[in-house]
Amino acid sequence: MSPTLETAAQPADLKRVVIEPVTRVEGHGKVTILLDEENRIHQVRLHIVEFRGFEKFIQGRPYWEVPVMVQRLCGICPVSHHLAAGKAVDMLVGARKLTPAAEKLRRLLHVGQMLQSHALHFFHLASPDLLFGFDSDVAKRNVIGVIEAHPDLAVQGVKLRKYGQEVIRHIAGKRVHGVAAIPGGMNKALKVEERDLLLRDIGPVVEWSRAAVALSRKVFEASAEQHREFGVFPSNFMSLTGPAGELEFYDGGLRARDAQGSAIFDHVDYAHYNRFIREEVKPWSYMKFPFIISQGAEGGWYRVGPLARVNNCDSITTPLAEAERRTFREAAGGGMQHASLAYHWARMIEMLHAAEEIERLLNDPEILGTDLVTKGERALEGIGVIEAPRGTLFHHYRINESDVIEKANLIVSTTNNNQAMNEAVRQVAARYLDGKTLTEGLLNHIEVAIRAYDPCLSCATHALGRMPLQVELLDAEGRLLDRLVKDADGGLSCGEA
Amino acid sequence: MDHTKTFFLDGQEIPFKEGQTVFDAAMAAGVYIPHLCHNPDYEPHSSCRLCTVIVNGRPFAACTQPAVAGQMIQNDTPELREMRRTLTQMLFVEGNHYCPTCEKSGHCKLQATAYDLGLQDNHFPQFFPKREVDASHPDFVLDRDRCILCGHCVRVSRDVDRKCVFAMTHRGIKTEIVVDSPTGLLKDSRLTMEDEAANVCPVGALMPKRKGFQVPIGERPYDKAPIRVDSVKNFRIREERRHG
Repeated sequence: MSPTLETAAQPADLKRVVIEPVTRVEGHGKVTILLDEENRIHQVRLHIVEFRGFEKFIQGRPYWEVPVMVQRLCGICPVSHHLAAGKAVDMLVGARKLTPAAEKLRRLLHVGQMLQSHALHFFHLASPDLLFGFDSDVAKRNVIGVIEAHPDLAVQGVKLRKYGQEVIRHIAGKRVHGVAAIPGGMNKALKVEERDLLLRDIGPVVEWSRAAVALSRKVFEASAEQHREFGVFPSNFMSLTGPAGELEFYDGGLRARDAQGSAIFDHVDYAHYNRFIREEVKPWSYMKFPFIISQGAEGGWYRVGPLARVNNCDSITTPLAEAERRTFREAAGGGMQHASLAYHWARMIEMLHAAEEIERLLNDPEILGTDLVTKGERALEGIGVIEAPRGTLFHHYRINESDVIEKANLIVSTTNNNQAMNEAVRQVAARYLDGKTLTEGLLNHIEVAIRAYDPCLSCATHALGRMPLQVELLDAEGRLLDRLVKDADGGLSCGEA
Repeated sequence: MDHTKTFFLDGQEIPFKEGQTVFDAAMAAGVYIPHLCHNPDYEPHSSCRLCTVIVNGRPFAACTQPAVAGQMIQNDTPELREMRRTLTQMLFVEGNHYCPTCEKSGHCKLQATAYDLGLQDNHFPQFFPKREVDASHPDFVLDRDRCILCGHCVRVSRDVDRKCVFAMTHRGIKTEIVVDSPTGLLKDSRLTMEDEAANVCPVGALMPKRKGFQVPIGERPYDKAPIRVDSVKNFRIREERRHG
């Protein structure tokens, strides 16, 4: 960890380098770096300068609208918000246990989402860095370059994502921003012909997912030295796990482990999450910094998402993914894997699990059930927690007697990773930029570190390498010394003031 | 039905019987005329002006205009489509209509009409009015954000339910729906589940509670057929039921 790089002792005396926007995910983020006269780094911060306001503007709305409203938070993983809110709303109507068909349809919807999101990130966004190198020719370091150099791989990526989107469409009516979860269940049964259509194509999806795991492992092992020093830092990890400690995306208890793998808490009912997790506010970012209360704000931050989940779980319930998990853990000597770039490998293991799980659920006769809604004793507070592709996602609502939302608290996956992404950026900046002259390739190292977490602020990195960047080097008096600009077409220009 | 007289609508000969409106005769003949404030189950109101047609060179609301033999009427012209589009855009900017998250989506006459008229945007600056949501009633939500002041609830509560639960107050752009109750809240009114007025709102302003999104995408009325097809079909079913 690099606590000294969060806040410089004498910031007024330092040069300031700003990367803005680093990315754009329904808003903007930026990285600021403070350097001394020798270009030694004293402070690095990832700021999220967006402000969404969802928690505010759903206040006053009827609770049954909320699962549909909040999914508009995101165009990449709306299903996650839809289902997390759906689970919270289930609690409001007293539906503690859904019907078998409803729960299985939600799980199918969720793993369809996991498959498409992970495929999108790995093949379209991350693979150019991983296949060509972080500072390779920028003209080719994009998805078009991948299509030209590895056409079969690129097509597999497109087809994997398409399949996940089709799973979503058959259940929710649309590939993006559909409607499926209603209070206490689901609004549509899966038809036999829809099930058969999806089953017809699942074979290649599983095989391509296996190949993707092999590729991500090969990339990790081929550059083992780089992967073991790039964005590597010890941290706590948090995720949901199932009753037996298995990997779990839809439901389960909260588990947190420290950097050595020792349990901080386990099988915690997520309805009590706020007894274990608190959010800290820092004046320089709109995004809060969650931490584990028992560990304190300073050392209690944690990582979520694929790396946390695969590190945290004791097993995976599908055989192919479980075999890959064992290999993954062995590579870390049986302990916790701390390399940021191992997120990619873990993500592909999860994608393989999602593909296997889709096949399992489609072959389950109960998936065609038509008893889809249940309810029980009404409550005024509802909490839904789910493992979104990017990590643990919390939705918490309180309603009044008129069925209207009075208060909402959302802790989204990227927020959980806020401190971790800051740590990654600091570590990479200190390791690769310290004392150097700025180049596009060096800048991309920072993007690669952020991209590993597939943050929701990756809508811009989802812009297929067209993320506009402007980096300015100012002296202590604020005079412009150097400027590097990457425009929306990926073209570079530079020049001194 | 004995149709011995006819008029011409966009050149098509339309039969009608004595006392029938241009709207009713056209719909019975399978010709759609856009409309929002008119529900053929009730007396016409002619306030939204969306059904305006040109009769012998002059504009009239088709829902109240009696059909007359030999009339030359224009309905589907570029000018009338543009006027209807503009009226609909004005309705969108005067309220707070968020179709992507509205439970009425796919069932909503305003949304369906907008699609039919080819609305690409709202054109006019958004008013963003501050309107109250009344969720006090155990069974209904009155969301004034979505109200287009069609007056269905007012008329049906007064003329059919005989309760006068709803009325309009203020004037012009400040016009809004009010509730007849000691507190002004729906919970203290005489509105019940059995009231016809409770189920007549063509948009999402007056909605039953806890029913939203139960119909899946693809099975909602306007997923199955555009409003011009759905309206004509329903009109004919109603006519057959009424006249045998």
